[in-house]
Amino acid sequence: MNSLIPLLVAAPLAGAALLLLGGRYLDRFGHWLGTAAAALSFAFGLVLFAQMLGRSTDQRAIHQHLFSWVPVNGFQADVSFQLDQLSITFVLLITGVGSLIHLYSVGYMAHDERRRRFFGYLNLFLAAMLLLVLADNYLLLYVGWEGVGLASYLLIGFWQHKPSAATAAKKAFLVNRVGDMGLSIAIMLMFAEFGNFTFSGVFGTAQQASSGKLTAIALMLLLAACGKSAQVPLQSWLGDAMEGPTPVSALIHAATMVTAGVYLITRSSAIFNLAPDAQTVVVVVGAVTLLYGAIVGCAKDDIKKALAGSTMSQIGYMVLAAGLGPIGYVFAIMHLVTHGFFKAGLFLGAGSVMHGMNDEVNMRHYGGLRKYLPVTFVTFGLGYLAIIGFPGLSGFFSKDKIIEAAFAKGGTEGWILGLCALVGAAVTAFYMTRVMLMTFFGEKRWQADPATGEQPHPHESPSTMTLPMIVLAFGSVFAGGLFAFNSSFVDWLAPVTGHTEGHSPLSSIVVTLLTSAVMLAGVLLSYLMYGRAPVPVTPPVGSLLTRAARRDLMQDELNHALLVRPGSALAASLVYLDSKALDGFVNGLAATVGGISSRLRRIQTGYVRSYALSMLGGTVLLVATTLLMRSV
Amino acid sequence: MSYLLTATCALPAAGAVLTAALPAGSDEARRRTTKAVALTVSLATLALAAVVAARFEPGGARYQLTESYSWIRSFGINFSLGVDGIGAVLMLLTAVLVPVVMLASWHDADPAQNPDGTFENRRRTQAFFALILAVEAMVIVSFLATDLFVFYVFFEAMLIPMYFLIGGFGDRAGGPDSGAQRSYAAVKFLLYNLLGGLVMLAAVVGLYVIAQGQGFATFDLPTLTSAIADGKLVIDPTAEKALFLGFFFAFAVKAPLWPLHTWLPNAMGEATAGTAVLITAVVDKVGTFAMLRFCLGLFPHASKTFGPVILVLALIGIVYGALLAVGQKDIKRLVAYASISHFGFIIMGIFAFTSQGQTGATLYMVNHGISTAAWMLVAGFLISRRGSRLIADYGGVQKVAPVLAGTFLVGGLATLSLPGLAPFVSEFLVLVGTFTKYPVIGIIATFGIVLAALYALLLYQRTMTGPVKAGIEGMADLKVRELLVVAPLVALTLFLGVYPKPLTDIVNPAVDATLSQVHQTDPAPAHPVAATSGGEQK
Repeated sequence: MNSLIPLLVAAPLAGAALLLLGGRYLDRFGHWLGTAAAALSFAFGLVLFAQMLGRSTDQRAIHQHLFSWVPVNGFQADVSFQLDQLSITFVLLITGVGSLIHLYSVGYMAHDERRRRFFGYLNLFLAAMLLLVLADNYLLLYVGWEGVGLASYLLIGFWQHKPSAATAAKKAFLVNRVGDMGLSIAIMLMFAEFGNFTFSGVFGTAQQASSGKLTAIALMLLLAACGKSAQVPLQSWLGDAMEGPTPVSALIHAATMVTAGVYLITRSSAIFNLAPDAQTVVVVVGAVTLLYGAIVGCAKDDIKKALAGSTMSQIGYMVLAAGLGPIGYVFAIMHLVTHGFFKAGLFLGAGSVMHGMNDEVNMRHYGGLRKYLPVTFVTFGLGYLAIIGFPGLSGFFSKDKIIEAAFAKGGTEGWILGLCALVGAAVTAFYMTRVMLMTFFGEKRWQADPATGEQPHPHESPSTMTLPMIVLAFGSVFAGGLFAFNSSFVDWLAPVTGHTEGHSPLSSIVVTLLTSAVMLAGVLLSYLMYGRAPVPVTPPVGSLLTRAARRDLMQDELNHALLVRPGSALAASLVYLDSKALDGFVNGLAATVGGISSRLRRIQTGYVRSYALSMLGGTVLLVATTLLMRSV
Repeated sequence: MSYLLTATCALPAAGAVLTAALPAGSDEARRRTTKAVALTVSLATLALAAVVAARFEPGGARYQLTESYSWIRSFGINFSLGVDGIGAVLMLLTAVLVPVVMLASWHDADPAQNPDGTFENRRRTQAFFALILAVEAMVIVSFLATDLFVFYVFFEAMLIPMYFLIGGFGDRAGGPDSGAQRSYAAVKFLLYNLLGGLVMLAAVVGLYVIAQGQGFATFDLPTLTSAIADGKLVIDPTAEKALFLGFFFAFAVKAPLWPLHTWLPNAMGEATAGTAVLITAVVDKVGTFAMLRFCLGLFPHASKTFGPVILVLALIGIVYGALLAVGQKDIKRLVAYASISHFGFIIMGIFAFTSQGQTGATLYMVNHGISTAAWMLVAGFLISRRGSRLIADYGGVQKVAPVLAGTFLVGGLATLSLPGLAPFVSEFLVLVGTFTKYPVIGIIATFGIVLAALYALLLYQRTMTGPVKAGIEGMADLKVRELLVVAPLVALTLFLGVYPKPLTDIVNPAVDATLSQVHQTDPAPAHPVAATSGGEQK
């Protein structure tokens, strides 16, 4: 039944092709077609999962070779797939959460005249992401990798008539391209070193390579991961990506795209394990991003941007865990899956709030919404409890394990990382409580629509939207416990990623207590600031840090100063030089040689005559020389 | 001896004569007849080219379906044709693109109607389509010629129809002095390429003289290359370097290689979109093709000597062309600078001297031809609607003409080498083939992929997104004829991105032969993966 693997990708791909090429008469049911394609892929995934469960541990990975893609001497790239415990985990997350987001979008995009195209792009997104996690070699992975970039470009810029959306889309693609450069170079390094870039080939031979080469490969892979997963220093696209319709944010943040970087690092564990220096860089990137995202999340008044900061931060946890090596890989993926549930739920909830509030995103204009959107309130609230790591909910199990693993890294490094992770947990609790309080509690601060003067009439969303939120809320509550029960998730993934138990200087109980304590502290502080006093409609000036955090800690200013401005100055001066200096020089040379400068602008036939003459002259010269040679 | 190759060259040549001789006239019916005849001839040429490619046996002799007719016996000049894998795919590319260009240029050469109802220049249509067919014939001869003299003659002769195509037919988007601009562009094109050609002529003569002195009074390429490879024909190193430079200069102007590129933006900017495609996708490919076939085969030592210098020039071209594309205000000039960047990749692939690099370069020639044709022709459709080439005059097109915008995006994505589309395969092969020998150059060239994304998406953003600009409101979406132009190009881009094997199968043996001429082998991986552990599993 291997043949089901290509169908996983083919179903959404066919959906995308149909929807994008099918024309207007698909408008009436195109969204259901797209949802069905996603659901079909999920069904295939379930069948494959069931089959995999039926096989013994060492028989679980299966391969399928479809065709030879780029065969050149010594260079062999194939379209072939590898389905193992790691990829099926992703497949189920991508197609499962993806299908729910499709269903939600049926309602959310109901009034958009380009809804059919939206679903085409969603399908394309799933297909690319599935290709990414199913490829058995890096070059095919690269196709999915950039395919994800394309789909995100199309979806972030879906409302292209808004210049801000078009700019955000381009920015996302460009920043990702910088990361893609890393993937390109990593593949080139692998090819030069091993003559091969299949997973099995590279991982099997990796230990023969020098540690310098392996470190270089690992760092290039990390660069790629930073792009897709919005890790410092390639994080700047994620906040702007909120320009896309909200279901897109859910898709990007939970099921696809940002998880790709964590997948890449975990999949390449055989390389990273042999490159400890690179692993250090990975944990530093993870720790920095974890704090960066959390700080940014605290300052945003835009509900989606606050959630975006939170995504960065949570992915930072995963990258940190993946950088810890075999003590962290499984927990990185476990947090990735639980995060998939609650972050998708939170975004869909935010979309539901916006849906009821005339697309308002400013939380200072919300307040007291719990009575008007009860289902959204409850599901969002469960997602909230999950993400702050409330004991017993999904995020509690997965985040706790990462913090423990960070301490277990050992030495000073372990203490620093562990403390970073703890501080991150406190800040997460703070800003998520802030979101919760500003949105659903307190007094109404609703504003009339500045364009129409219409007062918002918040209302609960239709069932196509609430149903996915309810399902995701179940995941947010129970998935973590299920995974942690009897170490089932660890046992499931360990054959692929490897797993060793870490030895934390603090016992598990202490870590759990500490985590819960800092979490409560964060909640409490947030309550004191936003729950007890009324929230001002106009934001207070704030401290220097707050002001910097509102501007994403100056990331755009930095990029502009370092890259954009010098770059455009360079391009502009080259344009000038090319037309004036270089062209002038070559023309001047020609003019000096041929004395033709005054005639250069003169027109037409004279030149063709002289050209024909010179050809004739050339031929005569040729003939004459040959004759001369023969007579000698 | 079969006459297949001669027929493939002669058919468009005869078609050109026939088209030119068709009765002129201002009425629509006669123009349509002219166009139909020209299009039919180009499609028949495509059919012949397909037969040639189908008859070609990848594992067989280097040059196949050879023909030879004595031309100037006393100088050993024969009209000799033969096809190898590289020539075959480029001939196919030409044969595919010419009918597409014709269809895209359907109304570009309609004579303008004077206020009094008469028509200016009633032979315009005949001339335009005849010139295109003439270019096709000459380009195909260049790809098939195995005689140096024959190659030279057609390499030069194709400048004449190209000159008239550039100078005589504009895109109606220029300002009041567009006629003068166009003439300037045409003359510049001619002078640059003429200069290159004359230098090459001197080198051709020089080579003949040397060869004749050692008993090879011939222009026959296979004879010369094998004599050089076997050491029977020895060229003194200084002379070899001089001759190499003579040949290379001509090809580097035509390709064009930085810093000899400045004629290209003028020519592509002023000519019609169809002519611009002929320039960059067809005619320029003769330059890079000739580097592979003539420079490497005839002057293996000099090729190696100059290889690193050329690599650096190519690398500069990649980055320079891309940066200039970013800074352009004119849509067609932007595409031209993007092409300069791409020619840098092609030349880099050739002179990296690895199988991946050269196979990549050959595929790159094909893929760049197809993808740039798609991008440029849609740009042409856009420009013909608005009557301006300036990016700033556009905005929000996707709102009023979504299909046009969509195909323009696909063209741009192909140009930035999105994986899954054909240019990715060739670009990655060139990069990896360069990297294994010259890691630093390979890594710097990789920056080109970021810049490509920048200029391609910036152009899309500025023209297609945002609020609908004044002058765009009523813009019509693509018509059926225009869809017929774009559809095959997009389909080919997708197909060759997913399944390039039919091309690599043909090209690989020819690249092997070329590499062995220059005595080059691929660097071996430091720690090769054992053959059993993946990769080649079937």
